Formats: sequence, structure tokens, C-alpha cells
Amino acid sequence: MESDQLPQVLLPGKPAVTTLLGEEIFMSDKFDFLKAYESALPLHQFLTTHAHKIQAIWSIPATPITADILRLLPHLKLVVTVTAGLDFVDLDECRRRGVAVANAGTVYSEDVADVAVGLLIDVLRNISAANRYVKQRLWPLKGEFPLASTMGGKRVGIVGLGSIGIEVAKRLEAIGCYISYNSRKKKSNVPYTFYSDVCELASNNDALVICCALTDQTHHMINKQVLLALGKKGVVVNVARGAIIDEKELVECLMRGQIGGAGLDVFENEPEVPKELFDLDNVVLSPHRAIFTPESVKNVCELAIKNLEAFFSDKPLLSPFIDDSY
Amino acid sequence: MKATLIISDEHHLSTHFNLLDPLDSPDSTHFVRRHANSISVLLCVDPTPISSDLLDLLPALRLIVGSSVGVDHLDLSDCRRRGIAVTSAGEDVADLAVGLLIDVLRGISAAGRFVRSGFWAKTGDYPLGFKLGGKRIGIVGLGNIGSQVAKRLEAFGCIISYNSRRKKPSVPFAYYANIYDLAMNSDVLVVCCALTEETHHIVNKEVMAALGKEGVIINVGRRALIDEKEMVQFLVRGEIGGVGLDVFENEPDVPKELFQLDNVVLSPHSAVATPECFDALEELIIFILKAFFSHEPLRSLVELE
Repeated sequence: MESDQLPQVLLPGKPAVTTLLGEEIFMSDKFDFLKAYESALPLHQFLTTHAHKIQAIWSIPATPITADILRLLPHLKLVVTVTAGLDFVDLDECRRRGVAVANAGTVYSEDVADVAVGLLIDVLRNISAANRYVKQRLWPLKGEFPLASTMGGKRVGIVGLGSIGIEVAKRLEAIGCYISYNSRKKKSNVPYTFYSDVCELASNNDALVICCALTDQTHHMINKQVLLALGKKGVVVNVARGAIIDEKELVECLMRGQIGGAGLDVFENEPEVPKELFDLDNVVLSPHRAIFTPESVKNVCELAIKNLEAFFSDKPLLSPFIDDSY
Repeated sequence: MKATLIISDEHHLSTHFNLLDPLDSPDSTHFVRRHANSISVLLCVDPTPISSDLLDLLPALRLIVGSSVGVDHLDLSDCRRRGIAVTSAGEDVADLAVGLLIDVLRGISAAGRFVRSGFWAKTGDYPLGFKLGGKRIGIVGLGNIGSQVAKRLEAFGCIISYNSRRKKPSVPFAYYANIYDLAMNSDVLVVCCALTEETHHIVNKEVMAALGKEGVIINVGRRALIDEKEMVQFLVRGEIGGVGLDVFENEPDVPKELFQLDNVVLSPHSAVATPECFDALEELIIFILKAFFSHEPLRSLVELE
């Protein structure tokens, strides 16, 4: 049968995008999808049975690509994801085994940057809190909502100046903010002030926007020291990964008024969100959806399919993972 | 109300504040005449018109600092003739317009409510929002505030066009002579114009229908620019995509139909973040004066036509 000759792409779990876009995206005339989640076999056994066929995986956060999984797939050469983050893929092991990785590239960068900026404006200008205030009919009762803080002239420190960080910078500059950044290495060709230490970045800024990848190095990088350096009027926005911030410390600093506010799209134990944050007007909460616009979801799936097709035609990947966010 | 004159000694950069009402106090006119030659900056905290007569009294005036109220009360061409620069808090208003737009399109407030009511853990993801990039933004009134909105939204990848009394020759955006055509060709209307007889209820039923079912309206201008009753009907019937409003026809009373709508973001007339209290004004003034007297570029300069 012709379909036996088509290369196989493993789908270890059902991708969330099928709920949004339907299963039709998983169609190509260049390869077949092997849906492990439709099999009665447990994953490891399924992999062992089909290992000889599997050269590529469409990976999802719910089924991490661990060293164990990689060991079971000796012919694997490519992992694709539709996420920007790759913290669920053992990148070191992939590198060791010569397995290429392709992710969402810059498809989401603008959408995530839009939300990062939206969260910052929201915290500084009290947009969500004032919306609640009006909708609870408090305006005629209690009068003017407390004054907000102006965006203009605010110094914003971007943690991780990758493709998302650059889009954030561009937008905030148009709003009249002053941009500086922290990353592992200074970036050439970038007009912003570089701080080699994230604590120093925090001391010299009114707000921090977290845009970097989650790695061993960046885990809990935004700790109590950094938050205190940011200060009582400081605002932190996180559109990257919850675990980059020490969430317990963040909650305490917010409760004690040691920092000015927070805009958070990501949390350490999603979908669990520390309940203490619910009553704080200076905190804006978002259920990890900075990437979610229909346009981008469609684009990222098309990109993943194109990456797979390129791979099977021996052409270069369109969005090979490049670790440049921090 | 009061207009504050700031007398600054250039050599020592010391500032001396006096609260005066130059329009109805004979003493203050005398005060102004006495200090006229050293008054280089005028601060306006309310929309009392700054007349040509007052400007005649201030030959040394170089800068007018507007605060919350835009610049409708100033004769900008007169200022230009006299070589007086004008700053305003139009940027604060523009920032709010952008914040409201992101909120409506991406559902930030609504998703926040979803999280706070515990639904994320219980029922899964909140529905998708809409991308900003590529959206066609129609700015109603390309004055100071409208221009600031345009500048910001361009950085988000939006496509700008506008409607104004007159086409502006030096402006790169598409011009529509009437607001109906602007609405037909836009995904979003941002209302930034002054309120006049002509602009009363300028966003009416026809304009909203032209904007369409997925259209979004943001109003940071004056209350009566939108036909509020019609707008509520459109929202309730699902005939418009969403609205972000900072002003309402009967503030602080807001049509109660709006309270339950997730695609509606309401702001209690807080377009201006700049505090009115004296201490914070002082900080702002010092900041601007330092820049002004150091011949540094001023952040919020209004373009004088």
C-alpha cells in the first residue's frame, strides 16, 4: 500500500490545537501521523513496537520528550512543536543524539509581545481593576478610581532579548518607555543598555518583562533579591514560564507591598494560581493564553507541517530551534 | 479654576510656584505684569482658555505645559506664531486607548475574571482572542491624541487610516473624508476628536453598522461622541465585536446592560494618569523644565499646525 511507504510522524498525545482547529490540520501527502493516543498500548510499549518507523515526533507539553523516550527511538531525527517554549524537551539529549528540533519560531512573538505590553499597561493604568470597579457599580457610589501611573518615561528592563523581547521593546519604545535588558551575553546591533546581572537590571528599572526561556539557569532567576531590587513601585510582567519567578516569594512581596504590581500569564503549577493574588487590584492574571489568537494557531500548525515536509524532502528546516532568548 | 505660572530663574534653575487665576483676579494681572519678563513656562491644569490677551502679557513665554485636558483650549497656531512650544498629556490618553484596545481584542480583563472565579482550574482554557497585527485602525480625529495613538499602534503592526475635518498633507495614513467610509474600511475605530456640534453622536447607528459585527470601538474622547443608546443595542444584539470606553453620556452612571458583557471594557474616566495633586505636578514640572532649560528634546511636544 502506498501509505506504508510514507514516512511516519509520531503523535504521542492529542495536541490541543485539534480542539481549536480540528483534526484536518494533521494531513499531508508527504507523511502519515502515527497516533499513539489512539492505541490501547501504553506509550513506552507503543514506541517499542513502532520504533523502526519513527523518524519524527510532533511533540506536546503533556508528553515530554525525555531521555528515556529518546532511547526507545533510535531512528528519530526530528522533534517539532507548535510551542515557543521547549522546556518539555530534553534538548541536551537531542543534541547528543543528533536529533534536530523545530519549534514555533517567531510565529507567536508578536502575539506574546502584545499581551506582555497589554499586561504592563493594565497594571500601571489599572485597566482590569477599574473595569471591575465600574461593573460592580462602585463608580457612582465611591467616586473616582485611584490615580494610576503614567507609562511615559518608565524604564522597562527586558529579561531575555530574543524574538519576543525585541517585539516588546519595539512596542514600549513607541509608548515612550526607556528600554534596557539582561541576557547571558550582550547582543550586538541592539540600541538598548545591557546589564549583565538581572539584579542590577531590576535596580535600574521601573518594570521587568520576562521573555526568556526556562532553563536550569533561569529557573527561579527572579527571586526575592531581584524583586526587592525592583522595589515598592516596581512591576513585573511574565509571559515566559512560571518557574522563572520564585512564585512563593512573588506572592509574599505582593502581599507585603514590597513590589508595586504584577501581570502574569504563566504560573508554576498551572492551572493552579495562588489564591492570595485574586484579591489584589495591582495584579493582572491571564490563563496562559498569550499565544492564543486563531491566526497564530493556524500559522504555527502550517509551519510545523512545512518543517516536517522539508525534513522528509531533505531540505533545511524553516524554524530550527535556536537558543537566543537568554 | 486656576492656571499656574511658573517663574524660573534660568541661571539657578530654581523654580518658584505661584497659583494664580490670571483671568478674573486683578491682583494676578498685576503680578503677571510684574514678573512678565521672567515667566517662561505656563502650566494649565484645566480647560480655561488661554487667550491672546494673556499671551500678550507674557512676552518671555516659551513653553505651555498642558496636563489632563488636551489642547483644545489653546490656539495652537497663535502659539506657533509666538514661538511657544506646547506639551500635553495626550500620551496618557493614547496609552489608555491602546490598553483598552489590547484588552478588548485579547480579552485580558475577561480572562482575568475567568481565572479569579476559579474557572481555569475547573473548566480548562479561555477562548482565543484576536491578533492586533494587521488590524485596520480608523482614527476619528487625528489631532494630538489621535497622532499619539497612531504612532503606538503602528508599532503593533496595525494599519492606520483616519477621518478629520481636513486631510493632513504631511501624514502618511489613508484619509477618509467621512466617518462612514472610515468605518467601512476599518476593523477598529478609535475616537479621539474634540466635541463640537458637528461631532456630537458622530459614531451613530449607520457608522456602527458599517464597522460591522466584529468591529471594535474605543472612546477616549468626549462623552457625546458616540450615540450611547444605539451602541448598547448593538452590543446586546451582538452586532458589534466589542468596545472599550473611558467616557459615558451620564457619568458616573453607566448603562447596566454593559456590566455583564465580556467584550466590553469600562474605565471610569481615567484617561489621564497624571495626578492633579500639587506634589506630583511639581515633579512633572521639574522634569520638563530640566529638559527644557537643558535644551533637551521634550517628550510630549504637540505638533503645531
